Amino acid sequence: MSEQKIDGFELKPGFKGMASDTGSDQTMFKGVHWGKAMMWIFLLSDTFVFSCFLISYMKGRGSTIVDWPNTSEVFSLHVGGVPVPLLLIAIMTFVLITSSGTMALAVKYGYEKNRKMCGWLILATAVGGLTFVGMQVFEWSKLIHEGVRPWGNPFGAAQFGSFFFMITGFHGFHVSIGVIFLFIYTYKVFAGHYESKKRGWFTKMKGDYVEIEILGLYWHFVDLVWVFIFAFFYLW
Amino acid sequence: MEETNKMEETTKKEEQTSTQKIGIYLWIWLLLFVLSFFSYMVDWYQFQGMLRWSLILFFMFLKAGLIMAFFMHLFWERYALVNVLLWPMTAIACFIFLMTAEFKYTLFSRFFYFVVGGA
Repeated sequence: MSEQKIDGFELKPGFKGMASDTGSDQTMFKGVHWGKAMMWIFLLSDTFVFSCFLISYMKGRGSTIVDWPNTSEVFSLHVGGVPVPLLLIAIMTFVLITSSGTMALAVKYGYEKNRKMCGWLILATAVGGLTFVGMQVFEWSKLIHEGVRPWGNPFGAAQFGSFFFMITGFHGFHVSIGVIFLFIYTYKVFAGHYESKKRGWFTKMKGDYVEIEILGLYWHFVDLVWVFIFAFFYLW
Repeated sequence: MEETNKMEETTKKEEQTSTQKIGIYLWIWLLLFVLSFFSYMVDWYQFQGMLRWSLILFFMFLKAGLIMAFFMHLFWERYALVNVLLWPMTAIACFIFLMTAEFKYTLFSRFFYFVVGGA
């Protein structure tokens, strides 16, 4: 949500605007906070890292002559003796989407300077993220208990374990880092750092609710990556 | 001079507070739930073959698009930012294309030498 107006400038919309923004002096991303632009660049590079993991998974799975484990069965949970396919993964997906929704609302309330609402919603997001990581720990320990290792497993192609631990592990690491920052920013919002314009760490920049949007971008990205992992690793 | 700068800062800040209506976030949220439910149903009903893959990809891209466009606000951003972020994705598409050719070759070689037993 960039400012569409800058004093003394007529910002053109669409592709003409893109051409004039790109060819103009000083800043290319007009009205975009530098922190937000940097977060986007970071997320772009992170996209490439996750793409490399998923593409190597595609290559590994496509080139093995042993059958790939049936993910629908491997990731099933027994409820009252009946196996329900992908139950835990479905719950994890819903938990992560819920936390993404609360984060989007937190950004909105932050910009409206509704401090309490913003804080509670960030806290809710953090709790959602923590729940997600908890369920992932449960999933990992269940699979490790069943004999899944990076070098082999009892269900099929040996590559399954290494891709599973690498991809979900790297995603889980992102979620964990996100949860830590969500708790820190819960504190910062409730403590009123953005009203008192208190400085952040290592910066002269005065606190502003745009930081909540930057945090939100990271959190939505984590959700975004899960959409792809859910489709390619669990459903495919 | 500093006074005027401060004045400009505050007016800038006030302009920034204009936000989207809450309804749009709730709608997107609901849509994401529904789409996730549908993609889970693809597995539940054990669709196979082209139907399964096309449905998975359809729901996946729709969800990713909604998250990026509305939750990450790309729909409201200027094209200078949007294009910088989206065009590099074509490099990923090229990489997928290359690696598809690669895994087919590896699979062929493995069948040829491990199963058939070579020439």
